[in-house]
Amino acid sequence: MTMPNVISASFLLPKRPVRALVAATLALLSAALGSQAQEAPKLKIGIVTFLSGGAAGPFGIPARNAAELMVEAINNGTVPAPYNSKGIAGALIQTVVIDEAGGTTKQVTEYRNLVQRENVDLVIGYISSGDCLAVAPVTEELKKLTIFFDCGTPRIFEDASYTYLFRTGPHGTMDNVAAARYLAETAPQAKSIAGLNQNYAWGQDSWADFRLSMQALKPGISIVTEQFPKLGAGQYGAEISALLVGKPDILHTSFWGADLEGFVLQARARGVFDARKVLLSAGEPAIFRLGAQIPDGTIIGARGTHGLFAKPSALNDWFRKAYYDRFATPPIYASYKMAIAFLGVKAAYEKAAAGTGKVPTQEAVIKAFEFLEFETPSGKIRMALGKGHQAIGDNAIGTYKFDKAAGQPTFVDVKYYAAECVNPPEGVKSEAWIKSGFKGAKCN
Amino acid sequence: MLTLVAILVDGVIYSSWLFIVSAGLTLIFGVMKILNIAHGGLYALGAYTAVSAIGSYFAGGYPPLASYALLLLVAVVVGLVFGLLIERGVLRLMYGRDEIVIVLVTYGVFLIIEDAIKVIWGASPYYASQPYGLLGRVQISGLAFSVYDLGLIALASVTGALLWWGLNRTRNGKLLLAVIHDREISAAMGVDVRRVFTVTFVIGAMLGALGGAFTAPTTSVVPSIGVELIVLAFAVVVIGGLGSIEGAAIGALVVGISRASSVHLLPEAELFVIYGVMSLVLAFRPQGLFRRVVARKI
Repeated sequence: MTMPNVISASFLLPKRPVRALVAATLALLSAALGSQAQEAPKLKIGIVTFLSGGAAGPFGIPARNAAELMVEAINNGTVPAPYNSKGIAGALIQTVVIDEAGGTTKQVTEYRNLVQRENVDLVIGYISSGDCLAVAPVTEELKKLTIFFDCGTPRIFEDASYTYLFRTGPHGTMDNVAAARYLAETAPQAKSIAGLNQNYAWGQDSWADFRLSMQALKPGISIVTEQFPKLGAGQYGAEISALLVGKPDILHTSFWGADLEGFVLQARARGVFDARKVLLSAGEPAIFRLGAQIPDGTIIGARGTHGLFAKPSALNDWFRKAYYDRFATPPIYASYKMAIAFLGVKAAYEKAAAGTGKVPTQEAVIKAFEFLEFETPSGKIRMALGKGHQAIGDNAIGTYKFDKAAGQPTFVDVKYYAAECVNPPEGVKSEAWIKSGFKGAKCN
Repeated sequence: MLTLVAILVDGVIYSSWLFIVSAGLTLIFGVMKILNIAHGGLYALGAYTAVSAIGSYFAGGYPPLASYALLLLVAVVVGLVFGLLIERGVLRLMYGRDEIVIVLVTYGVFLIIEDAIKVIWGASPYYASQPYGLLGRVQISGLAFSVYDLGLIALASVTGALLWWGLNRTRNGKLLLAVIHDREISAAMGVDVRRVFTVTFVIGAMLGALGGAFTAPTTSVVPSIGVELIVLAFAVVVIGGLGSIEGAAIGALVVGISRASSVHLLPEAELFVIYGVMSLVLAFRPQGLFRRVVARKI
């Protein structure tokens, strides 16, 4: 009578040994379920990054590697203070990793699958600006906390307002304003610029920000040519000729991934780097792969104070060592930005959970995330724009120099820019801010 | 004037690259009536094998100039092995089926090759640029061009000339032309059509791999490299007329010059111009520039 459901089913069991086996199985199942109930709560996170295609090797895989490292370190409580507690607000992280390749339609479908089928608690992901623009409205529709860790287009929070969406990586305006300031200081004699950028949101926005910034800093500077080849084109012979014909003093490209590597190989062979300053605004991931193939003197950005631009700190020293020990290669900016997203989530959850002893609700986490400031391996990140949903951080630009003796890439003449110097103030659109002559910028 | 020179040289270089790959695609269609989507996979296999071979070759300290022969060898080996494997192992089982079914089968083969590449080489890009920089650069009207790129024009010219000579001046070539003109009559006259199919497919596969092998030193080789290529190659053969080698040459020139003109004169239209030209050709000559209109057999 104590277990009526089992007893009532017992007539179905043909023999005594079998009956005993079933009873034992049920007892074990019951014990297992009981012990599970006492385990730490779980936080299921969907991770979206490129695992195939041209963006995977240079970007997606290093980001996935960082996610793997951070999940293990956070669950074990081995991240340095202030992140040295186990789990996120006591919950252990589980992940579902999705390939970002395949285009925007596929990504929207995959996002819906993560939320509606996998029932994730939140999503961290998206390198491509095109994917971010496509997924952003769906985060509101499905009301699911989502963190964009890398994509750069400023349009996400400048053209719309979101409740469930955050971006822990600063947007691309910062990269191009910092690069323009760097070039205005280091190449004051430059009279003309040219752009070679991929034909989608990231490339177009990057070029627009850089062009406007140079025009604001050096009125009268001329634009020689604006090239927008297809993403993944691979062959840039005609574009390189157009650049050589135009003879710009400065060439700006926000190319990334395999496109960047292909361009560097082809442009170097034809002397593009010889007579002008070439700026690779997102070039840092290529330095460990191409090494001496990138000519000395190339101006390079890392989309923040990441990688070799990151200043020594307990968090940065730990992250660099842990990443290198595990993957036998230094972390690049995509790795840093993925780590920052995890630390932002941990900081927000634990701020929301403070004093409650429970995993906070999504609404509480969102409230805690807005205008949050948190420490990262790349310095302090502040959710200062987009009504507290868009991050800003310091930036750095440097001149590339390959150390042949050590066989290592290095930067010289590195200049650091405060977040408020290279980001627009809250409520002001990037384009308008640049056109105003960077009104309100704090550069000292 | 400088822009005109740049358009011509850039256009011809790009055309040469396109022709090498498109010639294989159009040859296979001409003889076998198969629109071989797996051609993009053969191109990618050529590129990946070349990158690995060049990497090992230069690591071994062998004479640098002989690396160009290695690229040729890669194309021959990849074309021979995978051409035979695909034709004998897959396509031979499909002959006689509807053309659409065979297109779908070659698409399936393409996807398998793409996945096999990821399994073997992973998702990271590879580059082996030593052969690209080896020949230096040359000035044409004050513009620097890579000698390797100009060498592609020579390679395409030699490829086209060999194809023309092989088709028009050899017994086997004439047999192949006979199959192109009428498969059934050729078979009735005693031509071993199946053997012709195998030889044609292997030659086509070698041309696909040749394009990949000689592209590899110029760029970063990534898993999707064949997808980008096959779309362009289709545009070329559609403009020239499916099955026509001369058509592939003219189609490649049209695409190359149009694209280069757009990049120099109207960069905003670069993406549009290739398919705009293709649409224009199809509107007035649906069979392409060089394909003759043939009466339908009843």
